[in-house]
Amino acid sequence: MRYFIALVFLFIGNQSFVYSQNKVSGKITNEKNEPLDGAHVHASQNFAVSDPAGNFSIDVPFGQNRIVVSYIGYKTVEFSQDIDGDVVLNIQLKEDISALSEIEIKDKNIKTNATSDRKELKIDQLEKYSSGSLGDALKEISGVSSLKTGNTIVKPIINGLHSSRVLIINNNVRLEDQQWGLEHAPNLDINTAGKVSVIKGASGLQYGGDAIGGVVIIEPLPIPVKDTLYGKTILNGASNGRGGSISSSLFKGYQSGWNWNLQGTFKYLGDVEAPDYILSNTGNREKNFSGGIGFKGENSGFSGFFSYYNATIGILRASHTGNIADLVNAINTGKPSVINDFTYNINAPKQEVQHYLGKLNYYHTFSDFGKLTLQYAFQLNNRLEYDIRRGDSRNKPSLDLSLSTHLMLVDLETSSSEISKYKFGISGVFQNNFADTDTGVRPLIPDYDKYEAGVYGIGTFALSENLELETGFRYDFSRIDATKFYLQTRWNERNYDADFSDIIIGEVGNQWKTNPVFTYHNFSGSIGTKYQINTNLKWFTNLSLASRSPNPSELFSDGLHHSTGQIELGDLRLEKEKAIKISTTLAHTSAKFAFEINPYLNLINDFTLLEPTGLEQSNRGAFPVWEYRQVNARLMGIDINADYDFAKNFNYHSTFAYVYGEDQNNKEALIDMPPVNWNNEIQFKKQEWHHLVLGLKSELVFTQKRFPNNDFIADVPVDGEFVPTLVEISQPPKGYHQLHFSSEMTFAAFEKSKITIGFTIQNLFNTNYRDYLNRTRFYTDDMGRNFTVQLKFNY
Amino acid sequence: MKTLKLVPFAFIALLSFNSCSSDDNSSQPVNEEEVITTVTVTLTPEGGGNPVVLTSRDLDGDGPDAPVITSTGSVSALTTYNGTVSLLNELTNPVDNISLEVEEEGDEHQFFFSATGGLSGTFAYADEDVNGDPIGLEFKFTASANPQSGNLTVILRHEPNKAGANVASGDITNAGGETDIQVVFPVTVE
Repeated sequence: MRYFIALVFLFIGNQSFVYSQNKVSGKITNEKNEPLDGAHVHASQNFAVSDPAGNFSIDVPFGQNRIVVSYIGYKTVEFSQDIDGDVVLNIQLKEDISALSEIEIKDKNIKTNATSDRKELKIDQLEKYSSGSLGDALKEISGVSSLKTGNTIVKPIINGLHSSRVLIINNNVRLEDQQWGLEHAPNLDINTAGKVSVIKGASGLQYGGDAIGGVVIIEPLPIPVKDTLYGKTILNGASNGRGGSISSSLFKGYQSGWNWNLQGTFKYLGDVEAPDYILSNTGNREKNFSGGIGFKGENSGFSGFFSYYNATIGILRASHTGNIADLVNAINTGKPSVINDFTYNINAPKQEVQHYLGKLNYYHTFSDFGKLTLQYAFQLNNRLEYDIRRGDSRNKPSLDLSLSTHLMLVDLETSSSEISKYKFGISGVFQNNFADTDTGVRPLIPDYDKYEAGVYGIGTFALSENLELETGFRYDFSRIDATKFYLQTRWNERNYDADFSDIIIGEVGNQWKTNPVFTYHNFSGSIGTKYQINTNLKWFTNLSLASRSPNPSELFSDGLHHSTGQIELGDLRLEKEKAIKISTTLAHTSAKFAFEINPYLNLINDFTLLEPTGLEQSNRGAFPVWEYRQVNARLMGIDINADYDFAKNFNYHSTFAYVYGEDQNNKEALIDMPPVNWNNEIQFKKQEWHHLVLGLKSELVFTQKRFPNNDFIADVPVDGEFVPTLVEISQPPKGYHQLHFSSEMTFAAFEKSKITIGFTIQNLFNTNYRDYLNRTRFYTDDMGRNFTVQLKFNY
Repeated sequence: MKTLKLVPFAFIALLSFNSCSSDDNSSQPVNEEEVITTVTVTLTPEGGGNPVVLTSRDLDGDGPDAPVITSTGSVSALTTYNGTVSLLNELTNPVDNISLEVEEEGDEHQFFFSATGGLSGTFAYADEDVNGDPIGLEFKFTASANPQSGNLTVILRHEPNKAGANVASGDITNAGGETDIQVVFPVTVE
């Protein structure tokens, strides 16, 4: 036996000659001294799983170590142990009644509750983006890219689709934050997230039937039912932007079942810099706060949650253009027209956004029946957009929209037998948008009331040992009742009199007052299977059907969008979008190697897109007109992930994504499709050296060669003469390659607390580049090198 | 502690019910405050005589209709004109004189003039802002010896770089800023 152990040590590695590992082993039992099979033991960054006899063995470095033993349905045991040699620990776990009631249903034969392949970001991945945004973090997932305006407004794109086609579920509440706008980023603080999952496609039916792109689910960290108090503080400093952020959170749990938590984030950054110049007016600020209180009882519990998000975001000064001539100048000059000295000040153009979320959730578990959940949530989103204005209007916003949303949910989870479970739910939404008219600018989005009601049912069945089937259906009713003023000239130009003369309810000056009311009935569904081919290989297939009502921006926009310098025209005649997505995933996992490949096909009927159609003249010169139009679209793509521990302490991780988007009516490429991107990262990890992690990541973005040609000719003054000039807005910028360096070490600080120090360099070689999916690409290079330091205290 | 936590909640709930009840049909139309509907260039001969008035009027602002351009007369060769530019927003009641705002914020605005397509002559600024740089609400235009009918172009830039090379003498090349006005007036010559 001694020889065997020696052999194992030799095999485990040569570091044992210098920093020897110690073996902690033992047996895990319940209160009746029965062995627990499959209990998790965590110590430092290793983990082990107990065998059917309850035995486990785990390597642990010298010194104080925190050991955590958990098993589903039992109270987690957590303690600190000074390790100075091999130790035998026999651990007895106590049954956790309150937790058991929650997982009762899952603990049957059905191993997962989803046949769709969810991608997840865990807390340690999210913490790296503590001073960034949700959109930045989601790029870690293959097939998710981002639509950016500068560097602070980052929207996730899932398999080529974004905005109203991607639902964001924050703390079980569908985020209603005017997500239709291309330059409206999700209004939430990434520091509130404990876990973020992405469902590509519409199979997350309990969240909504209109997720043509997908669903992003943000969940907080669960607080255990025991007497505990813990928290963390993360400090970030960045050289580019010359600022940083601080985020702190505190969690308190009680054995009685009560818990509460508090969290706050403060962010302060000035102008960021491209390699060659300062991007003037790109600073940002955030002040966020959230808190929750909850109770987990034997059969029932409740939770209350409140969050407040407040951001002020500077928009690149040079991206604000007056007319087409200015745009042409910007494209031809190749650098921003305004470059000032670095400043922390944020002037117009800028956005000021506030988002309030309040939520009450109650659940009750009926034995032999299932779990019933009731939830009410309220959200208020206020968005102020400031433009460069004259005179008294200088300090007035050009856009002031308040969107308030009430959401009621009733969900029921139940199961008829060990091999089937069901989820049913109904939801109701009332939403009101109020466009403040004190702005002195005709609002892009009118006042409206929206009523929605939805009902869904999902069944999951274990068809055999290896095969699970999930199928669901959803119906949504939606009614929007708006009050909208149209310029009479626009009304005629749109030829609305023919179809909509009955909605005119008044005349004020040169405008019609109208009352458009639209009702939509949407059906959606999904069917998916998960087949366990062998212990290492899983195969998911999914077919989903989604339909989405046109959003207020698509229906009602009519006028100059100052932030884009274009006239955007909605269309009252738009139909709902209908999509069928087929997706399949083959996933291989073994101890050292994981590989996943996910091809998909998404066919979208009446896909709504915004395309340039011509020019309109005013005293300011000519403006391009962009109209919402519907086509039949086809998106095909493939997402690939690989992860390989190719040598001791070394890990290789790779993600690849490709999407092909086609407008089938016009036989041309779809606009704004993410170019092929391929990320490769090599990490060196050494536990013994204070959990040292060194990483080098290569980010390769290819040139998007497929794009619709929307270039147009406009008269532009050159040396006093007007010259017909081609306005080249279509050609995507060249592909680029960047290297990023990251490093991290963890130290024990005091008893039960540790400090993690991280140092990263983004864009290591200060490469000049422009990204096709960054809306400021016409005006400026993207952000240059950035050194960041992160200090994380866990206590 | 528990009750304290519920305070923001109660507050929000209150706010929410307010926002419901305030939703009556009181929506008001917006008359664009900043749109310049009417640009008028008046050229008055220095030695006296009938002024030439050039007007570009776009009563639907950023709407689909193009501006309507009118002229009251023609320009004579070798004559110096005192020029003025007037900017109005006729959508508001009373009519808003935007020239006054431009004058107040003279250091952030500058007009640029050019004569093209046969029309030829020289322009000189006749006003200045607080820094002694030109604005262009007042200017002088001297038609050359052999002008033909052509175009008089008026461009107003907001937040230009007046210190840029030749900007103060009326060259727009290095001016930067955003275009607030860009109008081309056809001018006939006698």
